[in-house]
Amino acid sequence: MIFLFYFLSAIMIISALLVVLSRSPINSVIFLIICFIAMAGHYILLNAQFLAVVHIIVYTGAIMVLFLFVIMLLNLNKANIPQKTSLTRIAAVVTAGLFFLVILAATRHTFEFHARYAFNSNIGLVSDVGKVLFHEFLLPFEISSILFISSMIGAVMFGKRDVKEL
Amino acid sequence: MDWTLLLYKTIFLFIIFLITLVVAMYSTYGERKVAAFMQDRIGPNRAGIFGLLQPLADGVKMFMKEEIIPLTANKKLFILGPSIAMSTALLTGVVIPWGGMLNIGGREFSMQITDLNIGILYVFAMVSIGVYGIMIGGWASNNKYALLGAIRAASQMISYELAMGMSIVALVLTTGTLSLHEIVSQQHGMHWNVFYQPLGFLIFMTCAFAETNRAPFDLPECETELIGGYHTEYSSMKLGFYLFAEYINMFISSAVIVTLYFGGFNMPFIDQLGLSPNFVTLLGSLFFFLKIFAFIFLFMWIRWTLPRFRYDQLMNLGWKGLLPLAIFNIMATGVYYYFTELI
Repeated sequence: MIFLFYFLSAIMIISALLVVLSRSPINSVIFLIICFIAMAGHYILLNAQFLAVVHIIVYTGAIMVLFLFVIMLLNLNKANIPQKTSLTRIAAVVTAGLFFLVILAATRHTFEFHARYAFNSNIGLVSDVGKVLFHEFLLPFEISSILFISSMIGAVMFGKRDVKEL
Repeated sequence: MDWTLLLYKTIFLFIIFLITLVVAMYSTYGERKVAAFMQDRIGPNRAGIFGLLQPLADGVKMFMKEEIIPLTANKKLFILGPSIAMSTALLTGVVIPWGGMLNIGGREFSMQITDLNIGILYVFAMVSIGVYGIMIGGWASNNKYALLGAIRAASQMISYELAMGMSIVALVLTTGTLSLHEIVSQQHGMHWNVFYQPLGFLIFMTCAFAETNRAPFDLPECETELIGGYHTEYSSMKLGFYLFAEYINMFISSAVIVTLYFGGFNMPFIDQLGLSPNFVTLLGSLFFFLKIFAFIFLFMWIRWTLPRFRYDQLMNLGWKGLLPLAIFNIMATGVYYYFTELI
């Protein structure tokens, strides 16, 4: 189990770095997919099978397909990334360093290296997730569904307006 | 570590792997024979008796052909595409219950590689990852036709995944579990889910046709417009992998349909025969495979009967036909169980 944890973590960190570092957008997307699959492996290690499989269906199976879709349609390739001047690079490094410092200072005292709640090995199973969602968090759950519906209707309206103008 | 169980699972995994490959191999032969039968021809009859060695000959041909990777293609992704298509096709068979319990030397062994308590969702996840094989392959070919085929495949699969998921939700409402083994056990004694979820079954089957890119939904590779679609640039065994993955998908989706809606390994009147438990299990598995073959035949029958959809017809059917119907099915199921209080 410990070996699996380190193995998955290594995959996740390396692929996450490659998402940022690789020059071609399509490689970034593929590394992000690998990162997500490794994350699903972490969920399985925590016995959260439902979460793992939903993570794969939603993020890997739907959202990343759309990412890939857009990149394919726009035909983004490595040549399209504009070359940056050294001034922008230095500015970017300094800004990122300062931001990191601020984050570190802000979260220094909030790190907890012990679990706050007792670990319940059944927490990620589908029946428990369902019970928690529909008892404790019913209101946020319903509100987020309204949010989804409104964004869907918004997307449909955007699509419709184009048709009228044509 | 339970070594007996491990050994049993390894052997069983290997057997299922072999059966999947052999069934897929002979599906290609079956398809050509069925096509020949429908078109009043004879079909392959040169290699071996009744042409039974034809799949082997095809396999050897695929391996021996020259392998061409286009100069402008992205080489790594070009190889990755068929690999993903093949792996995801094979991975789905892991959760399907191929039979009941086997009693070997006083121990009970399940004829299922692993019984996840989220079995259906696992199948669904593998289906949704399967899109990448086609998309990456089509994009990496650096060919307009391949790209068009890949984009068609992706949009088709995303659209039909929705209706498929919705039809599964209605099924889960009926069964109250996501584990495939429990779903099959509940259908014991002719309580097949198809009698409780006829509309859900029709939606699921239509979506299964679309997800496997079979006619009448084979737009991603429709040869009259796109030459070969996403595998235009592929040659040799990489093309073989794509074609083979389609047949494996057909086999696995038939198995999933039978598991979910047609009682899986349950055989009618099996309790009345008074046979030994092991024999009942094996007979059940045999019957399961017979049902699967019936569905594979249905897949072929429809392929050689119906013409291909146009792209807008496909999208209309998916979004305006099947999806609202599936949502209605969920509501109807929910209302029914609310008033009869069967849950």
